[in-house]
Amino acid sequence: MKYLRQILLIFLFSFLGELLHALIPWPVPASIYGMALLFAALWFGILRIEQVKASGSFLVSILSVLFVAPLVNLLDCWALIREHLLSIGLMVFVSTVLCFAVSGLVTQRLVRKEDGHE
Amino acid sequence: MNELLSPSGYFFVALTLCAYALGTLIQRRWRYALLNPIVLAAAGIMAVLTLLDIPNETYQAGCGILSYLLTPATICLAISFYEQFQTLKKQLPAVLLGVAAGTVSCLGFLWVVGKLLGLDRALLVSLLPKSITTAIGLSLSQELGGIAAVTTACIVVTGALGNILGPWLCRLLKLRSPIAQGVAFGTASHVIGTSRAVELSEMAGAVSSFSLTIAGLLTVVLLSFLAQYI
Repeated sequence: MKYLRQILLIFLFSFLGELLHALIPWPVPASIYGMALLFAALWFGILRIEQVKASGSFLVSILSVLFVAPLVNLLDCWALIREHLLSIGLMVFVSTVLCFAVSGLVTQRLVRKEDGHE
Repeated sequence: MNELLSPSGYFFVALTLCAYALGTLIQRRWRYALLNPIVLAAAGIMAVLTLLDIPNETYQAGCGILSYLLTPATICLAISFYEQFQTLKKQLPAVLLGVAAGTVSCLGFLWVVGKLLGLDRALLVSLLPKSITTAIGLSLSQELGGIAAVTTACIVVTGALGNILGPWLCRLLKLRSPIAQGVAFGTASHVIGTSRAVELSEMAGAVSSFSLTIAGLLTVVLLSFLAQYI
């Protein structure tokens, strides 16, 4: 029953997320609303962490596998991308590295600074 | 063959899980970052589909249960985020500024280079949301007049890149703070990068899931306001 109850709760939050997504006309996906709602429920003590932890950890641990199918979709738009492969590939690659470096370095600098004040 | 396999609700899921397991084995054996299980599995499946002449549509329909689990699995990232929140609260300004700096520099770079290379607007708009999670990026791209398939491809490839290069970039840039690592993974490569950050440490995973949310929302706000100038 434990896992069943946990899955039920997680699916309930997925549904609430979908509901908000349908009602609010922003391009924010159901999963983001669901994340915010689940966090709020834990924060305000409506849910205890043990009530979702076991099944939740399982779902997070299989997250990587779930992205295989979306990547296979490359088959569908390969022709269009091939036309601009060099420029698109270059932009995607450089911007990803740039974004990773800038966000990581800025955060690391600021985290250290705060540590120094304490 | 096609008629036999396409009605099966299990064949394509089993194929995906097998391919992923095989990818994990290969990565463990050679310990080379480029041999990413997600990328290996997808490449293997693309080869199988092409060889057996199975349309991607059939494969995607057969994998329905996997995409069905995507929303609940993403929502569960909130659990580890909640567990780490006490530690994170003090560092909130550092996290927010890091995400903002990364998002702005990424969008700025894409815009400038796209203009320099003379990409047409539809293509540029499809590329701009590439660092945020598919569900937000896709609707944003459609809103701005982009090409859905190109956006999806760029988002997934970006995620895979962060997933592959992330650990190596952390070493190169000397990102040792798990908070900084999490911000970098989440801001640059959304959920797919986060699935790698989770494996580095619980803190990195928690910060990464928070960062991807903030980066997604910030990108929506920035692009909606700036759309007229693109």
